[in-house]
Amino acid sequence: MELRQSHLVLAAVAGGLIGAAVLSWSAASAAPVGQELAFDRGKGNCLTCHEIKDGPAPGNLGPALNDMKARFPDRKELIAIVSDETKRNPLTVMPPFKRNLILNDEEIEQIVDFLYTL
Amino acid sequence: MLRKLFVAAVFVVGAAQPLLADNAVDPQADFKAFREYFTKRFPKVQLDDFVNGPYSMDEGLRKQWKAIEEFPPYEFAVDHGKEAFAKPFKNGKTLGDCFPNKGVGIRQNYPYFDTKSGEVITLELALNQCLEANGEKPLDYTSQEMAALTAYMAFTSRGKPFDIKIPNDPRALAAYRSGEEYFYTRRGQLNFSCASCHVQSPGGHIRTEVLAPALGILNAMPIFRSEWGNMGTITRRFQTCNSQVRGVPLPGQDVLYRNVEYYLSYMGNGLPISGPGARP
Ligand code: HEC
Ligand code: HEC
Repeated sequence: MELRQSHLVLAAVAGGLIGAAVLSWSAASAAPVGQELAFDRGKGNCLTCHEIKDGPAPGNLGPALNDMKARFPDRKELIAIVSDETKRNPLTVMPPFKRNLILNDEEIEQIVDFLYTL
Repeated sequence: MLRKLFVAAVFVVGAAQPLLADNAVDPQADFKAFREYFTKRFPKVQLDDFVNGPYSMDEGLRKQWKAIEEFPPYEFAVDHGKEAFAKPFKNGKTLGDCFPNKGVGIRQNYPYFDTKSGEVITLELALNQCLEANGEKPLDYTSQEMAALTAYMAFTSRGKPFDIKIPNDPRALAAYRSGEEYFYTRRGQLNFSCASCHVQSPGGHIRTEVLAPALGILNAMPIFRSEWGNMGTITRRFQTCNSQVRGVPLPGQDVLYRNVEYYLSYMGNGLPISGPGARP
């Protein structure tokens, strides 16, 4: 929580030009927050459907989430999947986290940071 | 994985098409396609075994089930329901007086389409209508008392195949269609239809729960769930499933719930009543 707040303040102070640098700084440090969001039943709740390292009682409607860097080198693709997988696959059961306001942009970035540690 | 999704896609799109195309409603054709989808996807599951819900999908669970059934946790509800059926109202009549054959061995005929009121009448609704017609207080649709009554009626009907009729009445077909549409429509913050879980994903695990197939999904109702520590009526189960996807559950026995029940029960035609059921 504290991390997230300081990140916000930093981002606000730094402004647009060096925003990219702040983002890459946060990439490593937001991962623990991302894990919390991914495991939280009221937020990502990704374990309902995905096996994830260190995650208790996972379901299996979706594939195990591992080896993310190798499989999704393009960060944009992961952001798109977590934001609204129905765009890629209209029949997917994966909830459209962004469209349905379950996760906001910042939270999705944090979850993706976490995914890249898998 | 992909192939599974693809097969589900064909089925779901196929079922949704008449909804969009304004074709004539054809329950018989739906029934055939629905049954074929499940028997093809689960060729090793015996047709009559689908009524056992999650147990038909998972060997490990089935073993636990056999152990649970040695001391059936719903037995108490069946006994209680039996007593309640025989107990006279203030006016001297009984619940049994409202039903054919005193309510014994008739569960497989519900819901039915009542051509007088133009509505689907489920068992839970019929029970409350009986209470009210006799000056008694209706029961909460999610209560243990309601579950006890339907548990008793299911128990005395075990093995009898679902025999749901859709009379050739445009209102009956419209009710059926509305139930079908409800079943395949996504809703809730999590964006699920009933079919997302029970047609697309049966046998899959949501956390540790094994999803029941939609074929025969009502035959075992009501159920005792160890997780709840008590009985659940059909109403309770529908409302719980709606809540799980952060949707808005309908009021008990809302016309839409009754229509869904009509649709699903018709899809279960020919499969034996197995209720009351016991679930993890
Ligand atoms: C209700 C089920 C469900 C939930 C909850 C869910 N997913 Fe998924 N997810 C799926 C399914 C099913 C797929 C397979 C692809 C498809 O259906 O289009 C998938 C695919 C993915 C993929 C692509 C994986 C691959 O190997 O192709 C990623 C990454 C992913 N999900 C991440 C997440 C994250 C992160 C969360 C939580 C914030 C999450 N999912 C929550 C069901 C779910
Ligand atoms: C997010 C997933 C999900 C959705 C969507 C869903 N259900 Fe369920 N349903 C479950 C789970 C989990 C269970 C408990 C395990 C089981 O028996 O399938 C269950 C159980 C049931 C059962 C009892 C089956 C049995 O044998 O114990 C019925 C009946 C049922 N659901 C009907 C519905 C209907 C009708 C809808 C739509 C209004 C619906 N479900 C939507 C997850 C879902």
